[in-house]
Amino acid sequence: MTSNGLDSKTPSGPMAEKWTRHKFDMKLVNPANKRKYTVIVVGTGLAGASASATLSELGYKVKTFCIQDSPRRAHSIAAQGGINAAKNYQNDGDSVYRLFYDTIKGGDFRSREANVHRLAEVSVNIIDQCVAQGVPFAREYGGLLDNRSFGGAQVSRTFYARGQTGQQLLLGAYSALMKEVTAGGVTLFPRREMLDLVVVDGRARGIVVRNLLTGKLESHAGDAVLLCTGGYGNVFYLSTNAKACNVTAAWRTHKKGAYFANACYTQIHPTCIPVHGDYQSKLTLMSESLRNDGRIWVPKNPEDKRPPHEIPEADRDYYLERKYPSFGNLAPRDISSRSAKEQCDAGRGVGPTRQAVYLDFRDAIERLGKDVIEARYGNLFQMYERIVDDDPYKVPMMIFPASHYAMGGLWVDYNLMSNLPGLHVLGEANFSDHGANRLGASALMQGLADGYFVIPYTLSHYLGSTKLEPVDTNHAEFKKAEEEARARIDKLLSIKGKRTVDEFHRQLGLLCWDKCGMARDEKGLKEALQEIPAIREEFWQNVTVTGAGEDFNQSLEKAGRVADFLEFAELLVTDALHREESCGGHFRVEHQTEDGEAKRDDEHFAYVGAWEFKGVDAAPELHKEPLVFEEVHLATRSYK
Amino acid sequence: MSTKINLTLKVWRQKNAQTPGHFETYQARDIDTDASFLEMLDVVNASLEREGKEPIAFDHDCREGICGSCGAVVNGQAHGPERETTLCQLHMRKFRNGDTVTIEPWRAKGFPLIKDLVVDRSAFDRIIAAGGFITVRTGQAPEAHATPVPKDKADWAMDAAQCIGCGACVAACPNASAMLFVSAKVTHLNVLPQGQPEKTRRVLNMVAQMDKEGFGNCSNHYECEAACPKGISVKNIAKMNRDHLVASIAG
Repeated sequence: MTSNGLDSKTPSGPMAEKWTRHKFDMKLVNPANKRKYTVIVVGTGLAGASASATLSELGYKVKTFCIQDSPRRAHSIAAQGGINAAKNYQNDGDSVYRLFYDTIKGGDFRSREANVHRLAEVSVNIIDQCVAQGVPFAREYGGLLDNRSFGGAQVSRTFYARGQTGQQLLLGAYSALMKEVTAGGVTLFPRREMLDLVVVDGRARGIVVRNLLTGKLESHAGDAVLLCTGGYGNVFYLSTNAKACNVTAAWRTHKKGAYFANACYTQIHPTCIPVHGDYQSKLTLMSESLRNDGRIWVPKNPEDKRPPHEIPEADRDYYLERKYPSFGNLAPRDISSRSAKEQCDAGRGVGPTRQAVYLDFRDAIERLGKDVIEARYGNLFQMYERIVDDDPYKVPMMIFPASHYAMGGLWVDYNLMSNLPGLHVLGEANFSDHGANRLGASALMQGLADGYFVIPYTLSHYLGSTKLEPVDTNHAEFKKAEEEARARIDKLLSIKGKRTVDEFHRQLGLLCWDKCGMARDEKGLKEALQEIPAIREEFWQNVTVTGAGEDFNQSLEKAGRVADFLEFAELLVTDALHREESCGGHFRVEHQTEDGEAKRDDEHFAYVGAWEFKGVDAAPELHKEPLVFEEVHLATRSYK
Repeated sequence: MSTKINLTLKVWRQKNAQTPGHFETYQARDIDTDASFLEMLDVVNASLEREGKEPIAFDHDCREGICGSCGAVVNGQAHGPERETTLCQLHMRKFRNGDTVTIEPWRAKGFPLIKDLVVDRSAFDRIIAAGGFITVRTGQAPEAHATPVPKDKADWAMDAAQCIGCGACVAACPNASAMLFVSAKVTHLNVLPQGQPEKTRRVLNMVAQMDKEGFGNCSNHYECEAACPKGISVKNIAKMNRDHLVASIAG
């Protein structure tokens, strides 16, 4: 069953004026009334921390929750490369319009135009804000900000702080958050995991969390809930995400009625350190910025066993430069990843597992000198050497794609509000701005845009135009949600089976990677739809979870998250199976051109696929939001 | 090339702050030398779980050395034997077959124990809340290029701002001093032009909060710098002391 009734609430008027007009049209909340509203923010990454700080500055009472021991540790901290902004400081032809266009094209024409334009507009304010907070961006000798280029763009619009841009931006947002804790506007709840959303009279009015220190369940009521809980890349088990990254908050919210959109748009990042053993717990990203100076290649002959430096130019295939001469090694992530897979599938992969390609700095070191390369990438080279035990100044790096980012997420309208009124979703957790593929240095931009510059306006509009009855945690819906959460915990602890949580997670991850990873086909996806429920069934009969419910219990935390991944994975595969086209990170083997490029089907699939939960063992219902392109003409993406 | 090694682990186990702790001995078998230290603990924990025993609790998250969650004292050294390396980035090739490895939590009055290797580092958040920020509301910021920042100042700020707040400096210090952590943030903000208006109150308030949290004083052992996974320099402590002196006289 499908419906076409999803309303994005995109404002009318010319693209460049939509946001400005909308800001004027939206309702405001009188300054004296703001303190009467309680806003619940879940997650303290870039989106959650920036939203919490900004809403508190405006006068709202904010309750902020995070799973880590400190809000400073959210996984935004690990972003390396940079943040895009249309400042055009380089005088190289950048503009708000170009950033907008690049992002729409990079997303393979599967994002909502008006959101992306707004993102490009506010990108410039983000840089101003961060500089004022003391974020130590890289600077030139004149004291002005430096930029670099990033995949999928032909201008240099990326601002960076060495290889730790995410860390510095997050610490900036965290400092703003802590400033508001001191000012009294934000109450912080660290080591809390959201287990359920509480819906009263059709509106999101609170959450149930587990206090990870004591194991006790706690209910919190509010006037709106902001979910800033990141993406679901850990469904593949091995990913570049932090270990605690999970889909639980989003998934439980989905089960309460929020639509989940475009789950099949997963980003597989091209430059990660390859898998090397079955004990491995995560994959490490090497910033895409390395592709500015590193050249990617494989030996032309699959039988070539010589060490890389003994292989002469004539016997090397710089396949990205060959296939995409105008973008070369800076081709977008989806294309670069798929090309690496293609080479390895053809037997030209390198290293002990043959599942890797070379990223070579030899030419750059010759051209620029080791010092320059060290200044640019020193910390990344060091990280690589520590993990792999090879010196990348002498030996080319070996890289392979890995699960990195989720473009899909909970469906939101232009105001970042879910179909469930009162529930707002920010940052990676929503589906909105990156279409089917995210460009490098755009995730940081989106997280901060949503938190600093979008939600303060749109949340005020919701609160200012809605009559909300007082609700407290004695309400039956809170009690019900607590009981359900408790029953689930008791169940997990009572199974006492034979297999660990990680074993199930690994099994699920491998299945998703094989059947729903960089390339997908109908047969594999259908097999996955058979296998996932079987793994889930075994999990609920044979998992072992030690310890007690009301205690600090990391086994139990993991078990709850994997249980949700085991349900979510089915939606991921269902969405991938239904989308009979190839676009961005979603590559269906059946839909490709003669030379192996993704073949979109705009006639049938130019829409957002938003799924409604109908039960764990029931098929979800598809709702479509048609994508209307007013500004950019739908075209075949070409980076040749 | 990777090989397999066997280790004897002596791990601090403690149910909670109210219960006394003790060392427990475990055998870590067939550990791949390419595995990280935390992956080695994963292997040990998986075998404990299969036996129905509670795994060793330890904080960790990003496992790429940037979130600052992980950390333990390994053979007497915070984050183990490799310099400028977090525990998650320490690899088992640094150990030899047959080694005995002692693993303890950070021990400091300012970091009360929670369970096993997990400690409460919320004191660091309270120190940041006392002044580790620049007071600017969203929307107030001037154009980013309105104030040029000399490159050496920007680089200095960045060197200090790299701190990941892991707490190794406190764990390594014989006085359990938090001065490296506090001075890194004071320096980061106090050298930038944007941080000047609050320079005085920042250093006074942060140092006052640090003292209140029960951290000790610096007596120049430099163990903090040696343990810091990000190589934060003790020069920041000197800078903070200068700023504090000037602020105390001015204030």
